[in-house]
Parts: sequence; C-alpha cells; structure tokens
Amino acid sequence: MGKAIELNQVDTIYEGEKIPSLKNITLHVDKGEFIAVIGPNGAGKTTLLETIMGLLESKRGEVKVLGKQLNGNGSNIRKLVGYVPQEYSIDDLTPFLVSDVVLMGRYGKIGLLKPITKNDKTVAKKMMEYLGISELSNRPIGKLSGGQAQKVMIARSLAKEPEIILMDEPFSNLDFEARREVSEKLTHLHKTKNMTFVIVIHDIASIPKVCNRVIVMDSGKIVADGKKEDILKPELLEMGYKGIAC
Amino acid sequence: MLEIFFTKILIFAILGAVLTGYTCSLMGTFVVRMNLSSLGFAMSHAAFAGAALGIFLKNDPLIFALLFSVFVSLALGPLADKAKLKTDVVIGVIFSLSMALGLLFLNLSPDTAMSSTALRILWGSVLGMTTADIIYLLIISVIAILFVMMFFKEINAILFDRKLARASGINDKPFYYLILFLTSVTVAFSLKLVGGLLVFALMVNPTSSVYQFSYDMKKIIILSPIVGVFSCLLGILISFAFDLPTGSSIAIVCSAIFGISVLISPKRRKG
Repeated sequence: MGKAIELNQVDTIYEGEKIPSLKNITLHVDKGEFIAVIGPNGAGKTTLLETIMGLLESKRGEVKVLGKQLNGNGSNIRKLVGYVPQEYSIDDLTPFLVSDVVLMGRYGKIGLLKPITKNDKTVAKKMMEYLGISELSNRPIGKLSGGQAQKVMIARSLAKEPEIILMDEPFSNLDFEARREVSEKLTHLHKTKNMTFVIVIHDIASIPKVCNRVIVMDSGKIVADGKKEDILKPELLEMGYKGIAC
Repeated sequence: MLEIFFTKILIFAILGAVLTGYTCSLMGTFVVRMNLSSLGFAMSHAAFAGAALGIFLKNDPLIFALLFSVFVSLALGPLADKAKLKTDVVIGVIFSLSMALGLLFLNLSPDTAMSSTALRILWGSVLGMTTADIIYLLIISVIAILFVMMFFKEINAILFDRKLARASGINDKPFYYLILFLTSVTVAFSLKLVGGLLVFALMVNPTSSVYQFSYDMKKIIILSPIVGVFSCLLGILISFAFDLPTGSSIAIVCSAIFGISVLISPKRRKG
C-alpha cells in the first residue's frame, strides 16, 4: 500500500511570527486510511491540514502528497485532494448559486482553457444528490443555514473525485441527525472508493466509527498517534485532551 | 465641413461612451466582489500625479497618467501579499502618496498649474476623444472580454473565495494580479471620457445596481456592462442637452440608477 501523505520533520511558521505553529511534525498516512485529528484550540490542527494542502508553505522539512513533493507542485497536487475548510467567506448577499459552488470544486481538475463538460455537471449533480442537497441547487448559497452550507462545501470537495480528503471540522454546523447522516456517507465513500480521509474534529463523540487512527495535537506537535481504541480510552477522555497528551 | 466635424465628434463620443461604459463596468464586477472599491481612487489619483508630472516635465500628461496608474496596479498585488496587509490598506497609502506627489508636481510648475490639461485628466473631456483613444479603448475592451470568456471558470472561483479556488487546484495569484492590472489599464484609458475622479463611479455603481437584483454572478457579469453602457450614453445625452460636464453627468446617472435599484430591489423587500 502506497503512502498518501508524508511529512518529515516539518515546521510551519506563519509570516511575521517567530515560533512555528507546527513543530518538527513527522506523519505518514497510508492510502485508504481514515484518520481523525483532535486537540485543543490552537493545537495546530488547521495548520497541519493547510500545510498538507500547500496553502501554507512549510519552512523546514519535506511534504509529499501521493508520492510527489509538494513544493513547486502545489496546484497539480491540489487537483487530487479535496478540502473542506473550517471557515469560508459567505454572507447574506454572496452572489453564487449552490450548483455553481459545487461545480467549482472541479474547476482545477478540468484545467485551464478547457470547457466544463456534461460529465463535470453530472458528477457535481450526483454529489449534491449524495449529500441530499439537490433541492437547494438553484438557491443562493448565502441564504442557506449553516448546516446546509456545510453540506454544500462537503459536496464541493467530493465533486473533485479526490483521492484524499482533508476536512476541518466538517460536522461543526450540523445537528445530531445530519452528523450521523454525513458520517455514514463519508464511511460509505471510504469503503467503496478507498479514499484517504484526514478529518479535524473538535467533538470526540463525532469521530466516525470507520476511523482507524487518531492523532492528538497540542502546541503544534503530535503528542499521540495510534489506533482509535488505544487513544480514546474513556479514562483519558474524561481528563480531556491534555490528559490524552500526558 | 463643420457638420462633418461635429458628426465625427459625436460618433467618437458615443463610441467612447459605449467602450468605456462596457469595460469599466465589466472590471467593476471584480472590483466590487473582491472589495477593491478603493482601487478606483488609487488609480485615478495615481493618474492625477502622473499627469501633474507630465505637465511639470512639459510632456504629454496622458502618457504619464497611464504609466502611473499601471505602475500602481503592478505594485499593488505583490505589495499587499508581501507586506501581509489588506489590499485596501495598501491602496490607502498609495492614494495619499499619489495626491501628495500630484500637488508637489503642480506646485513645482506654477505657470501651468491646474491648467486645462490637468483638469481634463481629472474631470474628463468627451469632446476631445481622438481616433487613437477609440482604438486604445477598443483594444482594452476586447482584451477584457477575452480574458473573462477564456478564464471564466477560474475567475468565477476566485470571485467566490480566493483560498478555496487555490484549494481546488487553481493558481489564483496570476489571475488576481491580471485583474488588478486590467482594472488599472481600464481606468487609465477611461480618463478621457469620465476623468480620473469619476471613473470610480462608473466601475462601482453599475455592478452595485445589478447586485440588487441577482444572486447569480454569471448574470451580474453579463448585465453590469449593459448598465454601464446605458449610464454613459444617457450621461452624454444629458451633458449635451444641458451643457453639463460629461464625467459628472455620467456619474450622476449611474448613481441615480443605483439609488433606484436599492429602492426597488427585491432583496430588500421584507416578508
């Protein structure tokens, strides 16, 4: 089984800051793994995802995605990696329809100067159906509820038909029922398409059952990494993330 | 003979209005969506500083106006990215610097200060449109339309969210810089019709008006230039009919259209 993601002794420092937000991170993810990243606020979880995506440049170390060096190759690699950010700039008056936003997920993959094909539209439509948001397709994205918009962003990331999916708090705006529903869909995709998932989750109870590995971060470092059942022991959970880290 | 001369002036004025209205409003859709509204201010004042330098050097003010506004656009993107500042902050600095330089150059050339040439750059002069002006406007219009048609996917994704566009595999930086560059060139070539101080209105108002009626960016990109052309033509008609300055007439017309749009906008209707 090949590697989906390889980080070797990676430091990521935000521009103008002296202390790295990611410190000496070494992380190898096999293709087809389903990983949850947990940790307190400011632990570096989002920075980790953005470093893997190449949205933030690592200042030290090596980042490889699907066997390719990220530096200098970011745009091409991002065509193969789906990403659901924690925050996105949508307001009441945002002039974009849901169907367009989902289709945009494929634009990088389609490539420069190439037209949007019927197949592209079909894939985007299928992803909306899959997430149960087809009836929203002609609505302005700014008029949706937080949960509906979250599903649109997930559909957008899946419309790319990526090999790897990185999700930053994908369940944060969803109610209990929607969490369960989306979690089941992601599990199904993981099993049938052998997609690699790395999901940042704040609420440990939301970690999908299919998740086979949990990484705990604190202060920019990986402080625990192992099988879900080893990391998420009830006695440690009661003590909170700091307890796990100890 | 005199009739032919006036017919030519009128045709040039109408052609200039159509091309300026279309291109300014097309680029305006990007300016409004990307919150670069103060870009017009920076460009127009850079053009003013350039024109003042041209007067000081006893050279063609328009060439220097073009050079200054294009330079601002080329410096703006990298400067904002490098300094990790919001583009509006950088625009604010450039705006004040341009104004200071403009006044300095005019002060250094007291004989010609605030001459009609400098005023034409600031307020526009539709009757002074030459064949060369029309050709330049036509070229920039064609380039802007081709740019939007060829890269509609990428532009649309960037207008929605730059970071998400990058995450989907689009190399956003060249497009962003190209949008800034094309906007500044459009501003520079529009100086002749509406002038540096009012070109901003022609960029922002038509798009802002169409925004009141649509949630679909594709429709906004198509309709804004049409409103821009209509504003310019009506502005010129009013300017000729009542002997008013053209730039001001156009700015008043597109401001009135914006005001009416806000009043009747379905987006603002309650219930």
